[in-house]
Amino acid sequence: MAVCIAVIAKENYPLYIRSTPTENELKFHYMVHTSLDVVDEKISAMGKALVDQRELYLGLLYPTEDYKVYGYVTNSKVKFVMVVDSSNTALRDNEIRSMFRKLHNSYTDVMCNPFYNPGDRIQSSPGGPYFLCPIQSRWALLPVSDPVQVGPTPVSDPVQVSPTPCVRSSPGPLITW
Amino acid sequence: MSPTQWDLPVELCCRPMAFVTLTGLDVVYNAVHRAVWDAFCANRRADRVPISFKVLPGDHEYPKCRPKRTSYEWYIPKGILKTGWMNKHLNLVPALVVVFYELDWDEPQWKEKQSECATRVEIVRQSLQGRNTKVAVVLIQKKTPLPPGEDVIASERAAALCNACELSGKSLFVLPHTDHLVGYIIRLENAFYEHAQTYYYTEIRRVKSHKEFLNKTTHQLLFVRHQFKIAFFSELKQDTQNALKNYRTAYNLVHELRAHETNILEIKTMAGFINYKICRLCFQHNTPLDAIAQFRKHIDLCKKKIGSAELSFEHAAWMSKQFQAFGDLFDEAIKLGLTAIQTQNPGFYYQQAAYYAQERKQLAKSLCNHEASIMYPNPDPLETQTGVLDFYGQRSWRQGILSFDLSDPEKEKVGVLAIQLKERNVAHSEIIITLLSNAVAQFKKYKCPRMKSHLMVQMGEEYYYAKDYTKALKLLDYVMCDYRSEGWWTLLTSILTTALKCSYLMAQLKDYITYSLELLGRASTLKDDQKSRIEKNLINVLMNESPDPEPDCDIFAVKTAQKLWADRISLAGSNIFTIGVQDFVPFVQCKAKFHAPSFHVDVPVEFDIYLKADCPHPIRFSKLCVSFNNQEYNQFCVIEEASKANEVLENPTQGKMCLVPGKTRKLLFKFVAKTEDVGKKIEITSVDLALGNETGRCVVLNWQGGGGDAASSQEALQAARSFKRRPKLPDNEVHWDSIIIQASTMIISRVPNISVHLRHEPPALTNEMYCLVVTVQSHEKTQIRDVKLTAGLKPGQDANLTQKTHVTLHGTELCDESYPALLTDIPVGDLHPGEQLEKMLYVRCGTVGSRMFLVYVSYLINITAEEKEIVCKCHKDETVTIETVFPFDVAVKFVSTKFEHLERVYADIPFLLMTDLLSASPWALTVVSSELQLAPSMTTVDQLESQVDNVVLQTGESASECFCLRCPSLGNVEGGVATGHYIISWKRTSAMENIPVIRTVITLPHVIVENIPLHVNADLPSFGRVRESLPVKYHLQNKTDFVQDVEISVEPSDAFMFSGLKQIRLRILPGTEQEMLYNFYPLMAGYQQLPSLNINLLRFPNFTNQLLRRFIPTSIFVKVKLKNFLLFKFKVLKTNRLLFHVHFTEQYFETNSDSFAFYSMYLAVLLFISIKLLFIESNFKDLYFLR
Repeated sequence: MAVCIAVIAKENYPLYIRSTPTENELKFHYMVHTSLDVVDEKISAMGKALVDQRELYLGLLYPTEDYKVYGYVTNSKVKFVMVVDSSNTALRDNEIRSMFRKLHNSYTDVMCNPFYNPGDRIQSSPGGPYFLCPIQSRWALLPVSDPVQVGPTPVSDPVQVSPTPCVRSSPGPLITW
Repeated sequence: MSPTQWDLPVELCCRPMAFVTLTGLDVVYNAVHRAVWDAFCANRRADRVPISFKVLPGDHEYPKCRPKRTSYEWYIPKGILKTGWMNKHLNLVPALVVVFYELDWDEPQWKEKQSECATRVEIVRQSLQGRNTKVAVVLIQKKTPLPPGEDVIASERAAALCNACELSGKSLFVLPHTDHLVGYIIRLENAFYEHAQTYYYTEIRRVKSHKEFLNKTTHQLLFVRHQFKIAFFSELKQDTQNALKNYRTAYNLVHELRAHETNILEIKTMAGFINYKICRLCFQHNTPLDAIAQFRKHIDLCKKKIGSAELSFEHAAWMSKQFQAFGDLFDEAIKLGLTAIQTQNPGFYYQQAAYYAQERKQLAKSLCNHEASIMYPNPDPLETQTGVLDFYGQRSWRQGILSFDLSDPEKEKVGVLAIQLKERNVAHSEIIITLLSNAVAQFKKYKCPRMKSHLMVQMGEEYYYAKDYTKALKLLDYVMCDYRSEGWWTLLTSILTTALKCSYLMAQLKDYITYSLELLGRASTLKDDQKSRIEKNLINVLMNESPDPEPDCDIFAVKTAQKLWADRISLAGSNIFTIGVQDFVPFVQCKAKFHAPSFHVDVPVEFDIYLKADCPHPIRFSKLCVSFNNQEYNQFCVIEEASKANEVLENPTQGKMCLVPGKTRKLLFKFVAKTEDVGKKIEITSVDLALGNETGRCVVLNWQGGGGDAASSQEALQAARSFKRRPKLPDNEVHWDSIIIQASTMIISRVPNISVHLRHEPPALTNEMYCLVVTVQSHEKTQIRDVKLTAGLKPGQDANLTQKTHVTLHGTELCDESYPALLTDIPVGDLHPGEQLEKMLYVRCGTVGSRMFLVYVSYLINITAEEKEIVCKCHKDETVTIETVFPFDVAVKFVSTKFEHLERVYADIPFLLMTDLLSASPWALTVVSSELQLAPSMTTVDQLESQVDNVVLQTGESASECFCLRCPSLGNVEGGVATGHYIISWKRTSAMENIPVIRTVITLPHVIVENIPLHVNADLPSFGRVRESLPVKYHLQNKTDFVQDVEISVEPSDAFMFSGLKQIRLRILPGTEQEMLYNFYPLMAGYQQLPSLNINLLRFPNFTNQLLRRFIPTSIFVKVKLKNFLLFKFKVLKTNRLLFHVHFTEQYFETNSDSFAFYSMYLAVLLFISIKLLFIESNFKDLYFLR
């Protein structure tokens, strides 16, 4: 179980960020933001390596006392950051990898949506943990946490990885214009 | 800062060194002793042995040794480690006591001195009763000792002294006080070091020997204590490997202790000490990963051992200290050469330390919020009799009590209260800020800018809590731009909220306004109710009133702030704040857009300013002004409303000065550009929007250029990427995103209203005065003034063209090099509407090829734009490309008098020069005249008058001339002989009379001249008649300087009979001529072969008849015998290829001519001529001969 996942644009602004303990949201925002230091460093170190042999998964970015922060970078330099509770020993590298892969697939789905404008903030739909769909609003103006815009957020953990992959439907119907 | 309870003791943190005391040294009064002491302790470098020295008097009392325990059976330890123990072995109990004594081997009073020395040793021994401390004696001697074994007295006396003092020989040293003092001292201290190591070795053995008496139930604490002592002694012995091993064992033993709320602090304290030692040694052994692993293990084990809930802040304080201490160790190791990385550096530990310090603060805040009436307990339960604790980590009110049950709950309560009240006085923020700034310094070093910013935010917030608002604001303001530039609006909003509180509490007007502006803007993630509260406050501030306090502020601070705000109001005068918006995201957005990228100077320049407010309520602005790079336009672009201060909220939705949230407001401006700015760029340098009133407070938002703030470039990019269809809006409303800033425009000149036509006859001919007629016609409504014409070669072409092109207005004289290629600003005068003027230009092109010519007409006109009279300068230009070609081609050839082509000419023998002038011009050319200028080497045979005067040549026609020349013998000239020049004077047939004639000079080719030995020419009539005598005279000229032997023979012919010498051999003298006369008698009519003359030169076998035949005719036309005959004389005027136009110039008849035959022949000849038969060509040569 991840406590926070974030999708960060190439220019390092957040496209999507969601944490489970909503009361301390700011802390996770800071944690994700500071982890970009390590992501940047890893990407610049990777730049020298061959492009096609590049590993997208960046591994553990840095450990804090209570959380572990993992990173992943797509070929278009969009970053995924996941914060995991340190005490959660069930999540090993392989699980983290597969979670990132699922997240990447969802992100690809969002990008395939012809109504999504790359660079706009992404809004998670109530349908499931990894269904991300674009919000219509302009990128800067709406806080992700604004419940009016988000719609009914699931009370259950929205970033929990379900062991069976969710039935993936077209993101089209989820858009609310 | 004075050491607090949580700071690690100094004796733990220092590097343990063997402790050696020096006695018998009088370092105050004795210079020698002083020097010895200095040599021991001054400038100790790292390569010296690790000993800490101390000078003590000989009778110093060392700590008493407690009597040895024989049995541990009934012994119950009261704690783990006594607080004094480490210090005792570092600074009080020496490993070695050295007795210094001044004694030379040749001392006269040896006996007395020896016993005094023995007494001193004895006194030292007395005070070390029961300890294993070693004693050594150093004799300070004035003389340099002899090498060992040579000084018999010395060895004897040394043995005696040892005996007297009960010392082994190894413990007696001699220190000669000579030049090499430091060298002796180093040798001495090495010896001391060995003794000290032996001492600590025995101490370790002694502690180990206790082990076997211990049992696991009652002596658990002793296991830890002994293990710690062994490790510490090992460290003193400088045996760090064993020390580490023993500390590790001790660490494991600490955690095996039975933990309870009462002793958890003691266990944690000891665990912390041992952990510190282990980490320190690991770093020292250059195994940082071991250190980190140990520390992690330590934290994991201890994290949950909180202990008493009432004192949980103590746990946080302890945790914080653990992290800080490890951070310090890590940092120290880095200073000694360790390399750290981005993800593993001391910063993380400082950060964590700060985190626990914050937690401590939180816990203390909730646990220590006693009312002010509760007094600190008396007597102080934290006071002990000695002022210090006996054992590390114990409670002062129940020292040495091992029972887990609280014997005296009341006492316990008082103790806890005392600790809580003390905690209240701790400056938590100070601790947190120190730790955070440590962490910031580290993260800065390890390329973590975002982590650094995050920590600086925390520091700022901590300063805010500590009520140091100035510092808080400074830090927050510093990092704000990082979050803004990366678009983390949630974080930015949170920082701004804190910053707004700070600026409110300090009543910092400008900051308060700036933060409000941004918190109302689109980058803010605040809820609408918050925004509307902030907007209300902002309006209050602008109306010179106090804002409402920010929520969650300290009540006392708010009271102070309200007073400050009240002071600000009373001070209010003209409070104008100009705020540059390019560095933040205010709630008003602005875009400026010129209607067109360029404007004609006679049309007013128009542009729109678009404004949009993002705040929740409508807001009215008081003034909008636009500044340009040319400041003269600024005055035309101001909107100002003379509204009173209290009208800001009235009629909010009306008027153009009011911004309705979410709606785009468009403001149109127009002005007339200055004529000086034609060709220049007009740029909007800034847009200023004033909110509020100058009588109250006024904020001027200043956009650089045509608008845009810190976030708008990214927004513009997103908007450009978007292919979303925008919903249709009512007219005169626009989508904000679709407006693209256009902050500059060009001023271009007025469109000319004249026509310029060029009339000419291309192509131009080389060197001619080519005429270009420029017609300018005005279509303007009013008179145009100052019309000027610039014409000529268009600049920017090949530089050679400029030198070979000349332009003039006067066609009557040829231009030369001095004429320019471009005539500029020829004044033409004024033109009335519809008037037309014509100007002729003459261009002389010296080379062929194409040229671009420019005709540029400029004029002034007065016009009215926006009720303003302006003088516009207009211009129109035309370019034309003109090809220049050669007017004609001239071909020259040399032929013999028989019109045969000559490769070379023969000296002194006439030949013909034929010129052929082929017109290449598409226009008719008039050859005015031609002239042949002969070189001096050439002579003419007849007159050189021109044969082509005033001939007109159409395209493709040619005119030929023929000159008979002779070249005297010149000997052998290399490359031939110059012939001369052929000069043609010509002009276009269409050119006017006054146009000068152009002379084209053609250099004729050189010709090779050859000498021949014999020249023969024949004198014979032009024709013969059948059966009439035909006299032929051959002239043989000897052209050589020799006598020539000539053989001549005439071969018979069927057509002729002849008389004369048929075969002869004769001699011709040099330069003379021999005539041969023959009388031919034609027998047949028509073209007949003459009897051929063969000449043989004996001296010149190369001279052949072939050559001869070039000079003499070989055949003749024989006519039928007629009574009457006629002669022609033709003059060839011009030729056109093969057909000859033959012009009769003269004709005359011989004898009486009435016969019919004559007439018929005459008519036949005329017919021949008129139908231009080819036949005539073949006869031409003959005809020529007739002349």
